[in-house]
Amino acid sequence: MTTIDYLSAALLIAGATFFLAGTLGLLRFPDVYTRLHALTKADNLGLGLTVMGLALQAESWAAAGKLLLIWLLVLLAGASIAHLIASGALQRGIRLWKR
Amino acid sequence: MEAMTLLAWGFDSLLGLALLWLAWLALSCEDLFRAIVLFVVFGLLMALAWMRLDAPDVALAEAAIGAGLTGALLLAGLAKLGVDDTGEKERPENRSVQWLPMVALLPVAVGLGYTIFSLPTNAPGLNAAVTANLEASGVSNPVTAVLLNFRGYDTLLEMVVLLLALLGVWSLGGTALRREAAAGPVLDTLTRLLIPVLILVSAYLLWVGAHAPGGAFQAGSVLAATGVLGLLTGWRPRSTLSALPLRLVLIIGPAAFIIMALFTLLIEGQLMKFPPGKAGVLILILEAGATLSIGATLAALFLGEHPQNKARK
Amino acid sequence: MSTVYLYALVGVGLFCLGLYALIVHSHLLRKILAINVMGSGVFLVLVALAKRTGDMPPDPVPHAMVITGIVVAISATALALTLMLRVHEETGRAELADEDRG
Repeated sequence: MTTIDYLSAALLIAGATFFLAGTLGLLRFPDVYTRLHALTKADNLGLGLTVMGLALQAESWAAAGKLLLIWLLVLLAGASIAHLIASGALQRGIRLWKR
Repeated sequence: MEAMTLLAWGFDSLLGLALLWLAWLALSCEDLFRAIVLFVVFGLLMALAWMRLDAPDVALAEAAIGAGLTGALLLAGLAKLGVDDTGEKERPENRSVQWLPMVALLPVAVGLGYTIFSLPTNAPGLNAAVTANLEASGVSNPVTAVLLNFRGYDTLLEMVVLLLALLGVWSLGGTALRREAAAGPVLDTLTRLLIPVLILVSAYLLWVGAHAPGGAFQAGSVLAATGVLGLLTGWRPRSTLSALPLRLVLIIGPAAFIIMALFTLLIEGQLMKFPPGKAGVLILILEAGATLSIGATLAALFLGEHPQNKARK
Repeated sequence: MSTVYLYALVGVGLFCLGLYALIVHSHLLRKILAINVMGSGVFLVLVALAKRTGDMPPDPVPHAMVITGIVVAISATALALTLMLRVHEETGRAELADEDRG
């Protein structure tokens, strides 16, 4: 294993940790808004770290570029869809969670 | 090496169990909306399973069609049923596990499992034949070679099946897609950004199918997704577009295949036998036509009703 | 080699689960889901068995057939959904009437 291998393994593990945290939040948080918060924050960052870890192993710059494009696309779509779900939930009258 | 095999085996087992569990949940949970969402998740995990089985072409098709478009179709169908958002509850007598069909299915399961284990463990199938003739097929991706060259007649009939399904839906009258409220600024911006990107991805998939995973079916379904995105945000084809131009796009794929089949039959004396050296170009032309038709047909299936219904009323 | 049998058996399991749900449930949308799960099971068996090539790449012919099958499955699903909506329009229920009830 070279230094790059160790670095990409560390990035991949960090990414997986964010996915785990996001999934836990999705399962444990009380209402749709907090769940969205857990999901989008954690997954965007988790996917970013995963993409960086994979880009270090990529065979060419083009492959690394494609990985980066995937991340940007998911960021864009994820943010928009989270907004749509949240505003849809507000319109349906789902109240914010208060203790 | 030993640890890697064990890890891979563990992953495969986990994925297999997750697939069975998700299928069971999707087929038994009370809420139909939830069932469809679970089915979409099931489709995405199926795409992972295809990757594990070294079938990236199938994985692409599954992710775009099995998980994406089928989910959109099912959700649109549920919305058209006109039940409230929590989904129609099924009658309680369906809820309990019924033992008689389960007992009756047990021998089916055992028989199928036994059959699989009684098959030879090493069966190269037509692998050698495909590899030997790949050079002459005009493309270097074996799956595309099979779909467009060696078994081109399959794909010809496939295009006709798609067209027949759409004709069936139109003959039944279809049901209008429920009109959503006007798209807000966020959705509008996203759609404007995504539609050109999706068209570009579709063209790329079509091009790359010659030598890497991709091809007409995957490109067509991405194109259909573009149409579905447009339809969901309130876009409807204008009546001038939905008359002759739509019909032409719908039949360009099957027509290209039929013309090619006739020509090859007349010139080469064999159905779908491309003249040597020209196969690559001919396949790309066929695939371009097929992509347009598949995209338009799937998007029209999502819309349901004939786009000119309103004009006629 | 065991990967082949693992996925093929999962395919058999999915087929049987789908068949069971097809028999047990009466709502037509659930029946459509069940048929789709059955189809996925068949595809999984086909592609898993295509991998019985040892060290060589898998047989591409079943792969091509499954891609064709996936597209046929979605067009059949669309037609079935339209039929379901027609039944719902005619009878007010998305279920088929029992034969003995006429």
